[in-house]
Amino acid sequence: MFGAAIAYGLSRAGVDTLMLDGHDNNLRAARGNFGLVWVQSKGKGLQRYADWSRESARLWSGFAAELTDITGVSIAHRNDGGMMLLLGDEEVEKRKIEIAEMSKQSGATGYDCEIITHADIQAYFPDIKLGKAVTGASFCPHDGDVNPLKLLRAMHSGFVNSGGRYKSRCTVNNIDHANGVFTANTQQGQFSAPKIILAAGHGISHLAESVGIDAPIRPQRGQVLITERIQQALPIPLNGVRQTDEGGFQFGSSEEDIGFDDGTSLDVVQNIASRAVQSFPQLSTVRLVRNWGCVRVLTPDKCAIYEESISHPGAYVATSHSGVTLAAINARLVSKWIATGEQPTDFNHFSASRFHVQAT
Amino acid sequence: MFRRHDKSSQANGDNVTIYFEDAPIICKPTDSVAAAVLLSDPGYTRRTPVTKAPRAPYCMMGTCFECLMDINGVENQQACMVPVRDGMKVRRQNGVPVLPEDSKEPEND
Repeated sequence: MFGAAIAYGLSRAGVDTLMLDGHDNNLRAARGNFGLVWVQSKGKGLQRYADWSRESARLWSGFAAELTDITGVSIAHRNDGGMMLLLGDEEVEKRKIEIAEMSKQSGATGYDCEIITHADIQAYFPDIKLGKAVTGASFCPHDGDVNPLKLLRAMHSGFVNSGGRYKSRCTVNNIDHANGVFTANTQQGQFSAPKIILAAGHGISHLAESVGIDAPIRPQRGQVLITERIQQALPIPLNGVRQTDEGGFQFGSSEEDIGFDDGTSLDVVQNIASRAVQSFPQLSTVRLVRNWGCVRVLTPDKCAIYEESISHPGAYVATSHSGVTLAAINARLVSKWIATGEQPTDFNHFSASRFHVQAT
Repeated sequence: MFRRHDKSSQANGDNVTIYFEDAPIICKPTDSVAAAVLLSDPGYTRRTPVTKAPRAPYCMMGTCFECLMDINGVENQQACMVPVRDGMKVRRQNGVPVLPEDSKEPEND
C-alpha cells in the first residue's frame, strides 16, 4: 500500500516511475487489511506520527475524489468519524487513561477524542440495536474508512494511467549502487534509476540495510471475518466492526505475534465473533462467509519510518503499518519529498535512528 | 436453456416438487435448489445489492455467491449448496436482506 501510494503520487507529478512488485503468494498486508482510515489509535510516544495520521485523514477526501476522477473506481471513502467500542467499565477506565495521556502528549494540537455513552453511541446507529455489554466508546471525528481492495486497484490503475510502469512477480534480490545509479537485481533482470524507494513490507529489512538504512520490521497477525451482505446499518466504522459499501459486516482487530503465518485459528475467530455479537446482538444469526489472516508490518514503536540514506543519497525507505490511513499523505507529501527534496515539517522525527539507544 | 443429461430417473416415483416464485418445478431429490431452478428457465434468480443487476447461478460449487436465493423464507442462501426437499418455497433474492430481528442477547451479568 505504501509503495503503490508513493508510486501513484510520483507518476501523477510526471516523474518517470517503475514499480517492482512481488508475487501473489508473498505476504501482502495491502490485500488483507481492514480498511480503516484511523487516527485515534496512532502516535502514542511520537506526536509527529499522530499529527501525520491526522493530516493524512484530512487529505483523504480530496485524494479519494481524485482517484475516482482519474480511474472511474469508486472507493467508498467515508470521513464522518469513528468509534472504538468499549465493553465493560474496565475498558472504559483504561481508555480514559489513554485519552488523558494522548491529550497531554498532543498539547496545543489537541487529541480530539472523547468517551461517549451507550445512549450517545446508539444515536449514531438508529438501524441496529447496541448490545447491553457496550458501556461506552471513544469517538474521534477524524476517523473513517474506505474499501481497501478498491483503493489498491484505483492507485495501481491511476499509476498506469499517468504513465507509470508496473512489473509484477519481480522480487528484488539485492541492490547495487555505482556512479549515482541504483540497480535493482530482480528475478526479471536488472533495472536502474537515480533514485530508489524501498516500500517492500516484510521484504524490506535486508534491502534497506544494503543502502545503509536500518528498517527493523516485525510481523503481527490480524484475523478478519466477513459476513453475508445485509442492509446498511453502520453509517460510521468502529475499530473492530465495520460494514463495507457492499453490505458485508467485517470484524477484526486481533493481534498475534506468531511470525510470518497468515493462516487463521478457531479461538481467535471465536473471540472476534463473540465481541461482535456482544456489541450488536442482531448479528448473531447473520452468516459468516469468509475469514482470513493477514500479517501487519510493524516497526518497534508502530509508527512509520521515512528516511533518505546518508551513505547512499537517492535511496529512501518508507514503511509502516497503516498503509490505508497514510495512502493520501504518501501520495501527496511523501512523493513530493522524493521528487523535489522538499521535506515536510519535522520529518527527521520519522528516521529509524529513533530506535537506537541514546539517539538525541 | 438447461436440460437434464440423465433422463433415466426423471419420471420415477422419487420425484419431489419445489416452488420457484410459486411455480412448481418437478425435480430429483438429489438436485440442488440452484440446479432445479435452472431447469425451469428462471431468467434471473437474484438482484445484486449495489447495482440491482440481475444474476443467476454460476459456479454451482459454493464459491461465487451468484446463486443467492430466499429458501423457505430464509434469505441469502447459496442455492447450489442446498439439496431440494419436497414442497420447498424458493424466491429470488432481491438485493440485501434486512437485519434479523433482535435475537436473544447473551447474558453478561
